[in-house]
Amino acid sequence: MDLTIAGVLTLDGLTNGAIYALLGIATVLIFTVTRILFIPQGEFVAFGALTLALFQTGQVPGTVWLLLVASAAAFLLDLRMLLRTPAAPGRARAVLRLALGQLVLPALIAAVCVWAAPRDLPILLQGLLTLLIVTPLGPLTYRLAYQSIAEASVLVLLIVSVGVHFVLLGLALFFFGAEGFRNPPFVDARYALGPLNLSGQVIAIFVVFVLLMALLKLFFGRTLYGKALRATAVNRLGARLLAISADAAGKLAFAMAAFIGALSGLLIGSTTTIFYDSGFLIGLKGFIAAVGGGLASYPATAVGALLLGVAESFGSFWASSLKEAIVFTLILPVLLWRSLYTPHHEEH
Amino acid sequence: MTLRKLLVPALVALLFQSTAQAEITIGVSLPLTGPASGLGIPCNNGLALWPKSIGGETLRVIVLDDASDPTVGVKNARRFVSEDKVDLIVGSAATPVALAMSDVAAQARTVQLAASPIVTAPGKDEWSFRLAQSNAVMAIPVVAHMKKHGVKTVGFLGYSDTYGESWLNDFTKEAKAAGIKVIGAERFARTDTSVTAQALKLTSANPDAILIAASGSGAAMPHKAVIDRGYRGKIYQTHSAASRDLMRVGGKDVEGAFVVSGPATVADQLPDGNPSKKFGVDYIARYEKIHGAGSRNQFAAHMYDAALLLEKAVPAALKKARPGTPEFRAALKEALENGGVTPVSQGIIHYTPQDHWGFTKETGLIMKVVNGDWKVEQ
Repeated sequence: MDLTIAGVLTLDGLTNGAIYALLGIATVLIFTVTRILFIPQGEFVAFGALTLALFQTGQVPGTVWLLLVASAAAFLLDLRMLLRTPAAPGRARAVLRLALGQLVLPALIAAVCVWAAPRDLPILLQGLLTLLIVTPLGPLTYRLAYQSIAEASVLVLLIVSVGVHFVLLGLALFFFGAEGFRNPPFVDARYALGPLNLSGQVIAIFVVFVLLMALLKLFFGRTLYGKALRATAVNRLGARLLAISADAAGKLAFAMAAFIGALSGLLIGSTTTIFYDSGFLIGLKGFIAAVGGGLASYPATAVGALLLGVAESFGSFWASSLKEAIVFTLILPVLLWRSLYTPHHEEH
Repeated sequence: MTLRKLLVPALVALLFQSTAQAEITIGVSLPLTGPASGLGIPCNNGLALWPKSIGGETLRVIVLDDASDPTVGVKNARRFVSEDKVDLIVGSAATPVALAMSDVAAQARTVQLAASPIVTAPGKDEWSFRLAQSNAVMAIPVVAHMKKHGVKTVGFLGYSDTYGESWLNDFTKEAKAAGIKVIGAERFARTDTSVTAQALKLTSANPDAILIAASGSGAAMPHKAVIDRGYRGKIYQTHSAASRDLMRVGGKDVEGAFVVSGPATVADQLPDGNPSKKFGVDYIARYEKIHGAGSRNQFAAHMYDAALLLEKAVPAALKKARPGTPEFRAALKEALENGGVTPVSQGIIHYTPQDHWGFTKETGLIMKVVNGDWKVEQ
C-alpha cells in the first residue's frame, strides 16, 4: 500500500459514497416527513439507469407504461374521493385539475417518450426524459401504496415497504430483463490528477452531490414548501392544524426521493453495470448511512455514507471476500454509540 | 337421473384419464426471476425447441418459477413428484437450487436433469444428471491455452459465491499440474458497484494472465476495471460469460478476451469433423428463428441437449414400462446411464452408472472476442 493506491482507493470510495449519500438523504427525507422506512429507494436507481439504457437502444422503456397505468389508477382513486365529498362550488374545477395533472400530463410525457425513443437523441435529453418518467413514480407510489394507511404504525409502513420493494423489483425484471446494462458517460473526458485518473463522470457525481446538498439546504431553509416539509417532519398533527396537507407533503417527499434516486442511477449507470436488482444493495448502503445519521440528520448521513464508501473500497482491497461483512458490521458501533448517548423517546 | 346418465360421463372421464396417463410428464423448475434469472429465462426460451412427443408419447411439460431460491425449488420438486407424478424433473439452472432439488429427486427416485454443474456429496447424485459442463472440464482448455501462450502466473477475480469458489478450486488444481501459478485471488459480489480495489490489488501483482469467473453481463464490469487499471496481459473469462451480453456491455474493452465455452454457440465456426457441429448448427438455426439473430446462448442449448438425450433414452425406457410408473422412472435412469456416447450441441455426453457428469474432456473450446464477435481459437 503506497500513496498512489491509497489515493485511487479513496477516490473510488468517495465516488460510491457520494451515491450512497444521495440515497441516504432521500431515505431520511421520506422517513422524517412520512415515517415510512422506504426500502425500495434503490429501485429508483435501477429504474433511472435502465430507462436511460433502453432509450439508448432505441426502445420505449416499460417505465413509460408503468407511469400511465399508475397515474390512471391514482386518478380513479382521487376521483372517487372527490366525488364522495358533498358537491361544492369548486368541485368541477377540482376534477378538471385532477384530470389535467394525472391523465393529460402523464399522457403528454408518454407521447414525447414514444416519439423520442427511436430518434437517438443526445444522451443529455434522454437523461432528462428519464427523470421526467421516474420522478412522478415516487408520488404515485405514495398515492397507491401508502396514502390510505399514512396514519398506521411505523412497523406496518415498513411491512408495506417490503411489499412495494418486491412489486417494483418484479416490474423491473419485466421491463428490463435479467441482463445488465451499462450506459455511455454523459461527460466523456479524462483528466490525470497526479497518479489518479479522474473521469468526467466521477467529477459529475461530485458536482451533483455538492449541488444537491446546497439545493436541499436552500430548499429547507428558505422556501415555503421546504418549511412545510420540515414542519410535517417535526409534528404531523401540528402541521395539519396549520393547513399543511400531510398527503401533499408525503407526495413531495416521494417526488424528491424518486428524483434523487433516478439522478443517482443516471450518474452511476456509466461507471458500473446495472441490473434490474442492483438497486437494492445500493439503496441498503444508503439506508445504513441514514441509520448512522439517526434517520434524522442530513449532514451526518452524508458524512456516514462517504465513510462507508471509503471503508468499502479499502475493505475490498485488503480482504475482498470479507468486504460485505466489514461494511455491514460498521453499523454496530454506530448503533451502540447512539443507543448509549441519544435520549430515548416513547415511540408513537 | 338414471344410472346410464351417470355412467356415460364417468366412462368418458375414465377414458380421458387413461390417455392422460399415457403421456410423459416432465416437471421443469427454472429461475425465471431473482438473481439467476439471466440463466433461467434463456433456458425457458430453449424449451420451445422441444418436440411435442417422443417415442410416440406426447410430452406434458409443466414449467414453474423457482425464483433462484432453493426453498422454492424444493417446493416445486415436491409438487412435481407428489401431485403431478412426473416421470422426469428438469432444472434448475441455478446451482444452489438444483443442488437442493437433487435431494427430492433421490428420495422420489425420479431422474433429475440439472441445467447447472451441481457438486453433490459423494454418492448423492444417483438420480441426478448434469446438462452443463463441470468447471473442471472447462478448466482443461483454459489451462491448455495458457500453457501454449507462455502464461506462467495467473490472477483470479471471481464471484464470492459457489461459482467463483468452484472455478478457483478446479482451475488451481489444473493449473498446478501444468506448472502455472495462481498468484492472487480476489472476490466481488454480483451487486457490487465497483471492483476497482480488487483490480488494483491484482494488477499491481502483474500476473501474465487474469481469469475472471463471473456470468453474463456481470462479467464485463471486472473486465473493464482491470483494463482501466492499465492491465495489458491476457484476460480469460469462464463459460458463464460466453454470451453476447459480454460484448454488449463490455464494448471495446473486452476485445481480445479469451472465453471458454461449449461448442453450441459457435457451432457454425467449427470444422465439419466436430461431432457437435450438426446439433449446434441445428440449435442455432431453430433458436434464432424464434428469438432473432444473435440470440443464441448456451443455456437454451442445455435444453436442446436435454431433448436429444430424451429422444435416445425414452424409447429404450418405453420398452420396459409405461410412463407414470416407478418402473418407467427407473428404466429412464438406466437408459440414460447405458446410452453410451451421445454427441449433443454442447459437446459429447457419456453418462455411466458411476459418472453422472457426462461431458468428456474434449468438450470445451476457447473463443476470442474479435471485432465484437466470437472467433474460435484453433
